[in-house]
Amino acid sequence: MFNYTFHWYQAFRALPDMLAGALVTLELAILSMVLGIGLAVLIAVGRNSEYAVFRGLAIGWVELARNTPALFQIYMAHFGLGAFGIHLSPYVSLLAGITFNNAGYLAETFRGALRAIPATQTRAARSLGMGPVTAFRLIVLPQMFRIAFLPATNQMVWAILMTSLGIVVGMNTDLAGVTQDLNVRTFRTFEFFAMAAIIYYALAKSVSLGARLIAWRLFRY
Amino acid sequence: MFETALTLSDLAFLAKGAGVTLAVTAVSVLFGTLLGVVFGTTRTLLNAWTAAPMTFILDVLRSVPLLIQLVLANAFQSIAGLGWQPFTVACVVLSLYTASYCSEIVRGGIEAVPAVTRRAARSLGMTWAQDMTHIVFPMALRVSLPSWIGLTLGVMKDSALVLWIGLIELLRSSQILVTRLQEPLFILIVVGAIYFMLSFPIARLGGQLEKRWREND
Repeated sequence: MFNYTFHWYQAFRALPDMLAGALVTLELAILSMVLGIGLAVLIAVGRNSEYAVFRGLAIGWVELARNTPALFQIYMAHFGLGAFGIHLSPYVSLLAGITFNNAGYLAETFRGALRAIPATQTRAARSLGMGPVTAFRLIVLPQMFRIAFLPATNQMVWAILMTSLGIVVGMNTDLAGVTQDLNVRTFRTFEFFAMAAIIYYALAKSVSLGARLIAWRLFRY
Repeated sequence: MFETALTLSDLAFLAKGAGVTLAVTAVSVLFGTLLGVVFGTTRTLLNAWTAAPMTFILDVLRSVPLLIQLVLANAFQSIAGLGWQPFTVACVVLSLYTASYCSEIVRGGIEAVPAVTRRAARSLGMTWAQDMTHIVFPMALRVSLPSWIGLTLGVMKDSALVLWIGLIELLRSSQILVTRLQEPLFILIVVGAIYFMLSFPIARLGGQLEKRWREND
């Protein structure tokens, strides 16, 4: 059945390169999460805005991000924006696509979390003399992040997995890209991608384990 | 700016791609759900230690990027000389991927049924099988259906990745058109609209179901 010799030593020899790629993957995922969380807070607030324009924009963003494939969103950033003369590098278009996606999903999470915070919290803060922005920043936001922490870590794991889509737009520095480069040069597809799968698994697991430890440390009272 | 070389036959080509997307999704969701129900139910029957191997494998399927899984499966089938078509590879990988998520949904649904309800059923003289079919599954279905709809839509969107192993689905057919017509933005908008029209109504339905069922709880 197996008329094939596995060459695992090649994959092991490429391990340093792949681990360097894993760092780029992690960097991309973290950047997309930081930007995504910032945008998602704005979108979640915009959902409750009294101006229809902001509400419409927020709803449009969320529905677009959630109802089209992530790969489509990356394509849009990479190929679609070319029509406006904007030519993004694979790294930037991958980051833009994942950030767009993250922001859409996180906005929904945050909206649910915001609804779970009693309105009396804001009212109490305002009664103490805080301005609306201060009350939101010091009272509502910390509680929101606390409720949304675990769903957000799931999103982080998902962002790590999504960075692998970069190879489709020609990304060659992240883990999937490095692996694809090695694959194109040697045609040892199975060995290299199996190694990449193990590294992705380790990354995803350490992120969710780390998040659980952080949650335990932060939220134990 | 508003002129386009996109013809009706090009739209038909896109529709064919959308058909492939839907076919892959339908097959994967069907088999994935069947497997997921089996795995999910089995996991509630076993204790943590005996279920560990299965839990681990299902966890790997959720923690390794789908694209990598597709590449690995495709490489493996040629190594093993199975000679599968890309469509088969796509369906097998996506089915297992669906099953791993579905088993979690099923397990969550079954565990959401209060133990006292099940004990009451057994006290009334129901067998384990009767308890499962008449009490647990109807109640678990209510909890699980909204997430299952979400999973189905997720699989439809993730099925775009099968373009990497050479299956010409909706997104890939748009790329072929872009190469020929050189109108990336317009064609991508059309494709995005198709995905959106497929996904949005069902997503709305799922949201509505979730809201209505939560009110009755």
